[in-house]
Amino acid sequence: MKVTLKVWRQKGPDQPGRFEAYDAEVPSTDMSFLELMDTVNEGLIAKGSDAIAFDHDCREGICGMCSQVIDGQPHGPDQGAATCQLHMRKFKDGDVVTVEPFRAKAFPVIKDLVVDRSALDRVVSCGGFISINTGAAVDGNAVPVPKVDAEAAMDAAACIGCGACVAACPNAAAMLFVGAKVSHLALLPQGGPERARRVLGMRQAMDAEGFGHCTNEAECEAVCPKEIKVSNIARLNREFIKALVCSKE
Amino acid sequence: MTMRLDAKIPDGPIHEKWDKARFDLKLINPANKRKFEVIVVGTGLAGGSAAAALAELGYNVKVFCIQDSPRRAHSIAAQGGINAAKNYPNDGDSVRRLFYDTIKGGDFRAREANVYRLAQVSNAIIDHCVAQGVPFARDYGGTLDNRSFGGAQVSRTFYARGQTGQQLLLGAYASLMRQVGQGRVKVFPRREMMELVIVDGAARGVVVRDLVTGKIESHAGHAVLLATGGYGNTFFLSTNANSCNVGAAWTAYKKGAAFANPCFTQIHPTCIPVSGEHQSKLTLMSESLRNDGRVWVPRKAGDKRSPDRIPEEDRDYYLERIYPSFGNLVPRDVASRAAKRMIDEGKGVGKTGLAVYLDFADSIQRQGEPVIKEKYGNLFDMYHHLTDENPYRVPMRIYPAVHYAMGGLWVDYNLMTTIPGLFCLGEANFSDHGGNRLGASALMQGLGDGYFIIPYTLGGYLGSQKLAKVDPGHPAFAPAEAGARSRVARLLSIKGKRTPASFHKELGKVMWDKCGMSRNAKGLGEALERIPQIREEFWKNVSVTGSGDLFNQTLERAHRVADYLEFAELLVRDALERKESCGGHFREESQTPDNEAKRDDANFCHVAAWEHAGEGKTPVRHVEPLKFENVHLAQRNYA
Repeated sequence: MKVTLKVWRQKGPDQPGRFEAYDAEVPSTDMSFLELMDTVNEGLIAKGSDAIAFDHDCREGICGMCSQVIDGQPHGPDQGAATCQLHMRKFKDGDVVTVEPFRAKAFPVIKDLVVDRSALDRVVSCGGFISINTGAAVDGNAVPVPKVDAEAAMDAAACIGCGACVAACPNAAAMLFVGAKVSHLALLPQGGPERARRVLGMRQAMDAEGFGHCTNEAECEAVCPKEIKVSNIARLNREFIKALVCSKE
Repeated sequence: MTMRLDAKIPDGPIHEKWDKARFDLKLINPANKRKFEVIVVGTGLAGGSAAAALAELGYNVKVFCIQDSPRRAHSIAAQGGINAAKNYPNDGDSVRRLFYDTIKGGDFRAREANVYRLAQVSNAIIDHCVAQGVPFARDYGGTLDNRSFGGAQVSRTFYARGQTGQQLLLGAYASLMRQVGQGRVKVFPRREMMELVIVDGAARGVVVRDLVTGKIESHAGHAVLLATGGYGNTFFLSTNANSCNVGAAWTAYKKGAAFANPCFTQIHPTCIPVSGEHQSKLTLMSESLRNDGRVWVPRKAGDKRSPDRIPEEDRDYYLERIYPSFGNLVPRDVASRAAKRMIDEGKGVGKTGLAVYLDFADSIQRQGEPVIKEKYGNLFDMYHHLTDENPYRVPMRIYPAVHYAMGGLWVDYNLMTTIPGLFCLGEANFSDHGGNRLGASALMQGLGDGYFIIPYTLGGYLGSQKLAKVDPGHPAFAPAEAGARSRVARLLSIKGKRTPASFHKELGKVMWDKCGMSRNAKGLGEALERIPQIREEFWKNVSVTGSGDLFNQTLERAHRVADYLEFAELLVRDALERKESCGGHFREESQTPDNEAKRDDANFCHVAAWEHAGEGKTPVRHVEPLKFENVHLAQRNYA
């Protein structure tokens, strides 16, 4: 099987970019999409050309490092999977596959398919935590947490921080990312004391970083490799309004 | 050689050692802590937790990571769980039992005092993580749930579905980001450590390369903490993330830090088998699956029927047969070697024949699919994505793969290397797992080192030193920067014909074939000849395209492969010198009549710590004898 990759090449943040086409032989459909990119790069390096830059690390869908918009979809056509979990069996012989970086104002391109997502870290530093100093904790079983709450918190906490939600959103909003963190901590009793402070801080930071607002497109949920639900955005909005009205912060 | 290995183990009974150490270690007045700068390299469980805990105490912390965010370190991929001696299930656990299981699981090649302390702090880790909001699995009453893991007969493993490492790391990351918000931590992402800087015999800084701009930067501090993970990628194919590397530890080694037991490499039994030449990494399936999955192969060699057509009487549930009391939950090294023996006998399954089955049919029938889904849903999904086979219907195929490095930089009881002021935490050090790490112990060790040990021992060091003021303008930094620049320039100047990855693959094949699951003197000798040849060709014929002052992943890869090509030789040398089998290190010359690992306590009951003797010279092997005063040295028996 053969495919053609149409890849966005851009030397640096301030350079113009363009698509370049690469024909690639696919020796096995068990090959992952990133392994195909590796093969293309091996060919480029052997020819003395600059390899295509793309972010990747764990290659098992958990670190959130890989990005890429493949045929118009962040993380490509496979549901509930990151780019690194996409396999060539999802493609057919002769396919032309378009590969672009995540595009959002808050994610400037570094090179080719690599973008700067440090805005997400800065949003977390404005409230995405529980303030507990090491050594100060009570026994792990001192505060019972209903199983259903713990499970719902875990669903939200599964976010890998990849930023696909931002890339998919027509407004480049980070509402699903922030909603997941606010939900995870609001659903647990440990998160209670800082509930209002957290949502106000993260919302403000999110706006300051240039992320857009939610207009209920739900594109984020559709592409999320961890299938995090938009109900987390509803919870974020509820937490936010409650904090605005009731909080003494 | 003058290297002295003083483990600084406190006197007294084992359960009082840590208490005594904490009392004896110097304290630093709270108002003075902010006058100290601490450099932390790596943001996994060990580095992230250390940086957060030190900043909470008031230290100024600079944190460096190779990924674009501290949340992505490879601890995130740990699946199954974290051990602690809570004894919530009331099934007989205690600090002493966790200590004993860990020493025995490590095949009696870990340091007693360190392991006991690890068991002692294990409970506080759970408490702290719960307080951070880590959504551990719970029972209907709201209390924390436990499961069992290999090498233990109690249920002491806390877990968050199959994403425990992720949740613990996100807890540490959240604490770290809180300190970033408060201005006590500065994070430097996309940085690679190139050099360690030593002033007046003490570690005082690092030289890093900004991977985005290519800029070589100097950073000074009062102490340097390496929490840079393991060296599994030396084997090319491993369960490690692509960026995991030995570079920081190797730089430290070349500057005088002893490297301990590099041959202790864990081969994990439950990984998804290799599917072809193109493969870039191997994916682990959590050991927790062995709680409910049964491992089997066809009874007859060469049986190519599909698994559903092989009736019960033609199946060999070999772990249950050979090890009836631990069954499918034997330690990893034992399970891996047993799989290899089955495959060597021609009983391997799947297209390649390099796999055994891990079958959930019984558990699904007994507990129902929803229960199995709740426990392992994400692991099953992961397997499904990768192989296109549904493990709820078809047994998983698994094969052992390189996973964890028990060896690492030698550290004393205070986690300090042989270089004063250079500390080493987590997988990057050697101290707690001996020849084999038990499942769910890596997370415990990483967080124990970071949250509950280094905050005391670092204070003890800083409080007892008179450290001169050092900044990046100090003359020691210029040659280190020049060294880093010349390495980059040299790699770019070769302009050869072969890619860095091709050398990595070639090295990995030698390592797996000659120094993998089973090792012998002849093969190791061949590897020792072959590795320098590959290295020589690398430096003549590698092609590194792109430039040094821009984002350049080819250059990053070449830099790391160059380190592997040196480090691999030390690993093999260590394997050759350790003429006994123990834990994950299996020397064919040293086995019991049942083909189990046979230790040689008379000659090898020690840590081998290697000292760099200079470029091109044979490194010097030093020995730290291991004393077992609280457990009896015994041949491991899981039958």
